[in-house]
Amino acid sequence: MTTTRREFLKTSTSAAGVAVLGMYVPGFGGKEANAAGSLHTPNVWVHIADNNEITLISHMSEMGQGVHTSLPALIAEELNVDITKVKVATAAADPAYVNGLLGAQITGGSTAIRDAWEKLRIGGAQVRTMLVEAAANKWGVAASSLKAENGVVSGGGKSATYGELASAAASVPVPKEVKLKDPSQFNIVGKAIPRLDTPAKVNGTAEFGIDVKVPGMVYASVEMSPVIGGQAKSFDDSAVRGMPGIVGVYKINGGVGIVADSYWRAYKARKALKVDWDLGPGANLSTKGMWDGTKAAEKSVAPIKVRPDVGNANDALQGAAKVLKAEYYTQHMAHQPLEPMNMVAIVSGDKCELIGPTQFQQGAQGFAAAAIGLKPENVSVRTTYLGGGFGRRIVTDFVVQAAELSKASGRPVKVLWSREDDMKNDWYRPQSLNRMEGGLDASGKPVAIKHQISSQSITQVLFGLPKNTLDPFMVEAAVAPYDVPNTSHDLIIHDTGIRVGYLRAVSHTMNCFANESFMDELAHAAGKDPVKYRMELLSKEPRFANVLKIAADKAGWGKKLPAGRAMGVALMEGYGTYMAQIAEVSVSGGDIKVHKVTVACDCGRMVNPGIVRQQLESGIVYGLSHALYSDITVTNGRVDQNNFNDFRILRTNETPVMDITLVDSNEKPGGTGEPSTSLIAPAVANAVFTATGKRLRSMPFAKALKSA
Amino acid sequence: MAISFNLNGSAVSVQSEPDTPLLWVIRDEIGLTGTKFGCGKAQCGSCTVHVNGSAVRACQTPVSSVSGKKVATVESLSADNSHPLQKAWIKHQVPQCGYCQSGQLMSAAALLAKNKNPNDSEIDAAMAGNLCRCGTYNRLRAAIKDAAAEMRRA
Repeated sequence: MTTTRREFLKTSTSAAGVAVLGMYVPGFGGKEANAAGSLHTPNVWVHIADNNEITLISHMSEMGQGVHTSLPALIAEELNVDITKVKVATAAADPAYVNGLLGAQITGGSTAIRDAWEKLRIGGAQVRTMLVEAAANKWGVAASSLKAENGVVSGGGKSATYGELASAAASVPVPKEVKLKDPSQFNIVGKAIPRLDTPAKVNGTAEFGIDVKVPGMVYASVEMSPVIGGQAKSFDDSAVRGMPGIVGVYKINGGVGIVADSYWRAYKARKALKVDWDLGPGANLSTKGMWDGTKAAEKSVAPIKVRPDVGNANDALQGAAKVLKAEYYTQHMAHQPLEPMNMVAIVSGDKCELIGPTQFQQGAQGFAAAAIGLKPENVSVRTTYLGGGFGRRIVTDFVVQAAELSKASGRPVKVLWSREDDMKNDWYRPQSLNRMEGGLDASGKPVAIKHQISSQSITQVLFGLPKNTLDPFMVEAAVAPYDVPNTSHDLIIHDTGIRVGYLRAVSHTMNCFANESFMDELAHAAGKDPVKYRMELLSKEPRFANVLKIAADKAGWGKKLPAGRAMGVALMEGYGTYMAQIAEVSVSGGDIKVHKVTVACDCGRMVNPGIVRQQLESGIVYGLSHALYSDITVTNGRVDQNNFNDFRILRTNETPVMDITLVDSNEKPGGTGEPSTSLIAPAVANAVFTATGKRLRSMPFAKALKSA
Repeated sequence: MAISFNLNGSAVSVQSEPDTPLLWVIRDEIGLTGTKFGCGKAQCGSCTVHVNGSAVRACQTPVSSVSGKKVATVESLSADNSHPLQKAWIKHQVPQCGYCQSGQLMSAAALLAKNKNPNDSEIDAAMAGNLCRCGTYNRLRAAIKDAAAEMRRA
């Protein structure tokens, strides 16, 4: 799957002519100058100053997932430095930092460790080798007589710090081949070392995009079209111009930006601005209309095969003792990281500097350059901490606004969105209608399963994937691991008219919801225990069987529970990680309470089990919010939700106890930032069925339960 | 007209219009950026500060209303992470993206100032207004209990 994806994005992005790839900006975001003396760069991953201050470069943005600890850990392991004494910086936009699994410099897809696992260890080992070589040359001894440990090269009675050797090491040829440590020698990798970014995140000093301040900076708030895709035809700013601190009012793509000497003055002035809108083609969109369009597409659009059919599902269904059919509906969803969209742009002559939170450095660079008519190589990007990402900050609309408004006003500008701006101008997770059909033989064993996915292609919208082409980000986890002799998996791509984006776990969520709910329906139809039923179909899938067994044992599956409580199970592989979740729930007065979630996770070798654990917890809370409560609906082209009062997410008191088992494994690392997000919905739906007899086939469940 | 108040132990005098939310005065005029903007409608708690010892949402607090009062932000806990809550936050590895944590810490600090031994439901009640999109809720509950235990010993 990963090879397909990589090749796929490479070709699709170039095919679409998206001018964002392959640009070069030296340095790492303009922060090189320091008092530590000259800075030396033996390779793109390591900067060493004369005073032995070492900076390790993360090619991924830190958005909560811990890459500013886990990626430096890989470099530090081979470089042999104390990881608590290094600095970490996010890479500039530069082809050297392209994510090999995505073909672009993007933080996403739970790819960080999988992309970096060998690359960064090699990077660290190269620099270690170069430092030793430099010392060997200096002292006239054989490199093999020296060792590099804890930031010092020593041997034969001599020693020098990495800083003292860095200048000479930087001119040593980069070795083509280096020997990597055997995992048994790892000192850092595999240990739950505390995150390097935690101290700054408990005293207010961590720098997020919203915190950036540069000399002469002014602030912008943008009145955007009430219908996404609309444009300002004209505006009347006569009431705005007399207000205090206003710098200017400018028409930009999709709206009108007010620039002022403070954010509050710019934001408040929006109430006094009158805009005449061309609402565009989206003005008639509604949630019901979009579902109707998807159902019509099921009849009119030729399906694409997710994989070649296995056996003949139609024939097997004809001969089945029992046939079940079910439809599962996954709603539109907004990302809603807690830090609203923002970016600082400093346009000066033919150059532009961007500072802020992005998951796509080359995209920020390329799209900003295109919008204001600059060469991409003249646009630099410095990435701050991201106050959450979840896929939202892969898109660069807010970056482009900052560049446009800095150019228009001639000042450094910080664009900042309100929560309402963010809610109504997202790139939403697509709706999905998953249609399942299954046949059982007389013993209750499944003989055929058909799965048809009807949804919207994000990759068409964002990367220009040609139509009628399989979008791999629509069919993740579409094929369940169960041994069923006859299966078909079909994809129907339908553009509902709303703009869509990648949201944490992407299509795993809808496909796992359908597969794992339906497997539960089959088990109940067969009169079998849902865990045993699954286990009998996993004889060829030892990693799945293992996590299922561990989760069932840990949860006490089958034990007597307090009155009103029930358990539900779900199983999935995503990003190379195998997982089982068991939810324990109760339902009273129309409210679903999730008491506990038991997780077994086999993600292969772990760089930092502490961070893996954090990520699994995080995905469950994120996924459970969306499974139970969160909803995005559209009326007359306008998103109905405004803020966290009507876009409900989980709170402290609603968060289940989590019992997480991480399986020891020497398999290659899997991604862990996303997969746990997707299992919680079917695990809860399956538990609710056992508790109440009500089968929830649409999210959010709180709404579905009312009509069930 | 200048508005004066006490911020983290020092007297400050600010020029922003009286209706300007305290949040923006602290962040943009004074330049202390630990206090975060999340929703602007007192729905998320990211901007939580103390006014005369009580937790309030700075995004819905006009600066005029704190004239002559004591305001405390996350920066008042300690710069060296020596406050029991900060130590517990590090021990339990609470933050992920970290954006909501200033507000979480200030809500927790207001709770512990009044109640040195909060149970789960008291913690839930005090923290219900603080959202976290990374889902750090269970860890911060454990951290609050740890910090409370240290404060009881002190």
